[in-house]
Amino acid sequence: MTLIRQLFLQAAIAFISIFFLVSVSHADLNITLSGSNFQAMPIAVVDFGGDPQGVQVANVITANLKRSGVFMPLEKARFPESTVEFDSSPNFTAWKNAGAQAVLTGRVSREGAKLKAEFRLWDVTSGEQVIGQQYFTDPVSWRRVSHIISDAVYNKITGEKGFFDTRIVFVDESGPKEKRRKRLAIIDSDGAGFKALTSGENLVVTPRFSPSSQDVAYMSFADGAEPRVYVLDVATGKRDVVGSFNGMSFSPRFSPDGEKVIMSLQQGGNSNIYVMGMGSKSTTRLTSTAAIDTSPSYAPDGRQIVFESDRGGGQQIYIMGADGSGQKRVSFGSGSYSTPVWSPKGDYIAFTKQGGGRFAIGIMKPDGSGEKILSEGFHNEGPSWAPNGRYIMFFRDSGGAGGPKLHMVDINGRVDVTIPTPAYASDPAWSPLLTDLR
Amino acid sequence: MSAIFISSKVTKLAAVMLITFSLGACSKNAADENGGLGGAGLNGGVNGAGSQSPGSIGDFTVNVGDRVLFETDSSELTTVGQSTLDKQAQWLNRYPKYNFTVEGNADERGTREYNFALGARRSETAKNYLIARGVSASRIRTISYGKERPVAVCDNISCWSQNRRAVTVLGGAGS
Repeated sequence: MTLIRQLFLQAAIAFISIFFLVSVSHADLNITLSGSNFQAMPIAVVDFGGDPQGVQVANVITANLKRSGVFMPLEKARFPESTVEFDSSPNFTAWKNAGAQAVLTGRVSREGAKLKAEFRLWDVTSGEQVIGQQYFTDPVSWRRVSHIISDAVYNKITGEKGFFDTRIVFVDESGPKEKRRKRLAIIDSDGAGFKALTSGENLVVTPRFSPSSQDVAYMSFADGAEPRVYVLDVATGKRDVVGSFNGMSFSPRFSPDGEKVIMSLQQGGNSNIYVMGMGSKSTTRLTSTAAIDTSPSYAPDGRQIVFESDRGGGQQIYIMGADGSGQKRVSFGSGSYSTPVWSPKGDYIAFTKQGGGRFAIGIMKPDGSGEKILSEGFHNEGPSWAPNGRYIMFFRDSGGAGGPKLHMVDINGRVDVTIPTPAYASDPAWSPLLTDLR
Repeated sequence: MSAIFISSKVTKLAAVMLITFSLGACSKNAADENGGLGGAGLNGGVNGAGSQSPGSIGDFTVNVGDRVLFETDSSELTTVGQSTLDKQAQWLNRYPKYNFTVEGNADERGTREYNFALGARRSETAKNYLIARGVSASRIRTISYGKERPVAVCDNISCWSQNRRAVTVLGGAGS
């Protein structure tokens, strides 16, 4: 127990205070993400001065910005100056000649027991500061500060919310395929900071983050009982079973406000979708067909639900009102469609598509139009949206002797990267932006 | 330089440092440890008679056949599956001391959640067939392992077809 307890203490979010270093003028440094003339912005992330940790902070930020596909960080070998004094400006002419459009400078220092991190983002063309901030936190949270700075830069340049200061809960898989241990684990959005959340004694799958808290809903087997849906508070380790049903409960997801859990209940040979209030514990049935209705996901406004059903034969995507009304099919492409997940922005539904023995991850508009395949291969499954609705994580198994790993793509098809995990990994669940949690 | 260095307090982050801890004692999970894999590799009814004592679990597994296989994405019994379940029902009716679990499974070529439901459908199909052949419903428990417990591991149909199965595991608690 002591070990698990420590894991949860470390999984708690550190306290970080933010101050703004106000800029006088607002330079016009930005990128529009959609559109065909998109070009990644060449940016130079100069090693942060002060404490030696400043180099590590700059390295994390550089890797983040590169992974986003929005930025093209310059190689350090091409830097015209290896350091920039924090209270003075970079040599803009030299950076311009080196090909940089933006320069990020910073400083890390100690104030008492606190770590102080500051940064300035410079527009090379106008020679002006675009944004500047400073943060105070516990020194062990230096990675989190690096992610918050990355989000500030991403937000300033794209106008979209960031996604670096987030975490991923997933199924950590080890052992041979026919007897694989599957337990919940958590990592930062870049794969750092791995921690196990369950012991691995029980088979545990399909975790999903609440959009508004650190609660994670998932399905777990247990000794002598039906597999059930549980909710785990990642910050405290507190765990509760969701409801008490006669039959397997699975495929859970939170409502946007985190107050309700929607899931499938197995009844004989059929699976139907139910919603349960976390406070009231009252349960309402939303579907009632002689079919498999599962993988429900709320629209961000909570008024509609997308789900999959094989009521028409194969697996297809359907939409209904939050009360179960007006159920209608929206996927009509070739092949079968499953695991629909509504984007937090509302504009797309991500899905797994099967056809011809291949598995793809794609997106479509909520009316079923505008289908776009983002990744295709032997096996791709289980999309989860970044809280800003611009990126999707899923798991990919290329077949053969290997196993699944986590991958991240963007909705414009410019990014496809592996998120490093210590072992095989599946079912990624993307947390809300930690800075949004109150 | 155009920037002015003003530290104005604008935003703060919520502290989430709750230290309360109330995880229940970890329970052992028998199903997790040996979820019906005892008969791994035995195809239902294919093996010839062995030297198992009549009425033993080994007798059931080897001489009757403990599993039925399904077509891709189907929970309908094949002719072979029906004849295996006929033999199972006969045997189970002769030895009423056994309660048992029908474990439904799916192959890896599907999505995880759907496969839990598909495995449940398969175990339900086998259960209903046994009931129709006179086996008491109170002896039967069902569970689905979805695609999480393959018995055969390779990337082609020869393995997948063995994984699409419903296995009758004796000794499970009846309900």
